[in-house]
Amino acid sequence: MRAVDGVSLKLEEGEVLGVVGESGSGKSVTMLALMGLIPFPGRVKADKLAFNGRNLLTISDRERRKLTGKDVAMIFQEPTTSLNPSFTIGFQLTETLRLHEGMDRKAARRRAIELLEQVGIPSPESRLSAYPHQLSGGMNQRVMIAMAIACNPKLLIADEPTTALDVTIQAQILDLLMTLQKERNMALVMITHNMGVVADTAQRVMVMYAGQIMEERSAADLFASPQHPYTAALLAALPERSEGGRLATIPGVVPGLYDRPKGCLFSPRCAYATEHSRNVRPALRPWAGGQIRCHYPLGDPERDAHIKKDHLVGTEAAS
Amino acid sequence: MIRFILTRLSLLIPTFIGITLVAFFLIRLVPGDPIETMAGERGIDAARHEQLKKEFGLDQPLLVQYGIYIGRVLQGDLGKSIVTRESVLTEFQNLFPATVELGVCAILFALVLGIPAGILAAVRRNSIFDHGVMGLSLTGYSMPIFWWGLILILLFSVQLGWTPVSGRIDVLYYIEPVTGFLLIDSLMSEEEGAFLSALEHLILPTIVLGTVPLAVIARMTRSAMLEVLGEDYIRTAKAKGLSRFRVIALHALRNAMIPVVTVIGLQVGVLFTGAILTETIFSWPGIGKWLIEAIFRRDYPVLQGGLLLVGAIVMSVNLLVDLTYGLINPRIRHTR
Repeated sequence: MRAVDGVSLKLEEGEVLGVVGESGSGKSVTMLALMGLIPFPGRVKADKLAFNGRNLLTISDRERRKLTGKDVAMIFQEPTTSLNPSFTIGFQLTETLRLHEGMDRKAARRRAIELLEQVGIPSPESRLSAYPHQLSGGMNQRVMIAMAIACNPKLLIADEPTTALDVTIQAQILDLLMTLQKERNMALVMITHNMGVVADTAQRVMVMYAGQIMEERSAADLFASPQHPYTAALLAALPERSEGGRLATIPGVVPGLYDRPKGCLFSPRCAYATEHSRNVRPALRPWAGGQIRCHYPLGDPERDAHIKKDHLVGTEAAS
Repeated sequence: MIRFILTRLSLLIPTFIGITLVAFFLIRLVPGDPIETMAGERGIDAARHEQLKKEFGLDQPLLVQYGIYIGRVLQGDLGKSIVTRESVLTEFQNLFPATVELGVCAILFALVLGIPAGILAAVRRNSIFDHGVMGLSLTGYSMPIFWWGLILILLFSVQLGWTPVSGRIDVLYYIEPVTGFLLIDSLMSEEEGAFLSALEHLILPTIVLGTVPLAVIARMTRSAMLEVLGEDYIRTAKAKGLSRFRVIALHALRNAMIPVVTVIGLQVGVLFTGAILTETIFSWPGIGKWLIEAIFRRDYPVLQGGLLLVGAIVMSVNLLVDLTYGLINPRIRHTR
């Protein structure tokens, strides 16, 4: 079983990458693989997995742990369950500092207070002795962010950091993340299923569907002229882009783990599916300054001819 | 917190009434009475029987007897043994340390083996080790204690001669009871070899009494650990780059111990039940053997008083366990 398949991506220093897709499209799993956090009994098989010039596939677990939490850090969707209920905020925050930076108790405590201040937590000193259940979800997410940036990571992965929070808090947390990203010139991966968040934050966007990359391009290009029918359908379904009338939807559901279609994974739901795309899975290929996994990119001048030749069948789910 | 303790203490009252009812009436349902039992096969003539019954107050109607008994209990008087004429409380105090010594050893045995076994089984789930531990613990849990004890005696005491068959210490030694715990008293005494002898005598009873708690604790630790290991905060701990050992032994174990502590508290009641059989098999002079003998002799006051005291101890230990939750689970500490 392949939960995530054929993912190829490259991230530069200080770049913000948005990863979008429906639930279960493999956004989180891809990033957990990068962190080495794939849960039992999953495994990562990749041709290349490198960070800062180091091959993550060949270094020892010990070496890998020196990177995770220090140079590569991650924050999660549910801040309250992501913090250990049995330990104080202070303990959980200083733990990373003492492990990776070798700080003593006092220094770590001072730094922890600084960090809590930076993420906008009022009276940080007294918060150190609080337990996660005593803080709100938004506060806990700030603590998670403080923990993640504690050792000045070069890459921060934010896995739907605002999904579990109140709408009013969401904007604050996003602002905080973007401010920290700019200040520190961190690379940031923003996993979300909210296109609005991507539009506000990301320089580059990767669209995932059923464990595969469908399209990957600069955010401006992608929003202006989506190349993949799936991306186009996602954008058309945004209320912000609707031109009155009924909101566009994508018929059908994401294929499950065991009922993957033979050809293009999106073909059962694609309005432009053909006999060819039903049977042959498209490869991820360079296209229009990014990558695409589609036989018939929307911007291809010979698109109509190709579709005609391959015999259009359209959406199965809608018929 | 104080309110919590008071509520829990007030729950003791109906439990105590229940214990006195059961202990009082159940033993009287057993045919025969203490006087007949004492007289044995020689028998006793009817006039003398009546006279003795009157002396012990057994000639009164049952409800009146119960009333008198409850009245005395409320004044802190548990009565005297009909057989030994010794105060029930004194007898209990003399025998209790032996049971505590055995019980503490048994629970330590169960903890020291059960928690690591449960953790390892959870961490290496579905491995041969996991299946082995779970299979053994199911066997241990379902093993009848009396049979298990006899098998161990046959193997280790009779066949191999490694351990003594019964008793708390070799008859060669006389240890002045100070604390009542032979392991401590023998260490403090001048007698050479007494400590080793006491230790030898403890091995088999400890294993026999500790088997069921060991099985329960190992299973509980495994399932609690498995649940905790799937929690988000374990993923966070791993994402921090902490070592596998620290993630398991600190971040996971601290949370997994919460349900395990509950189970350990409940095992105290199980221990007393087990002690009755274990002490009988090994002639261990403790509360369990004392109670069993009281049943055989129809020694009503001993049984009534003994059960009441055992009940009080089990409930106090459970209360103490509940109070320690706050120490390991901050969510409970702050909401009360």
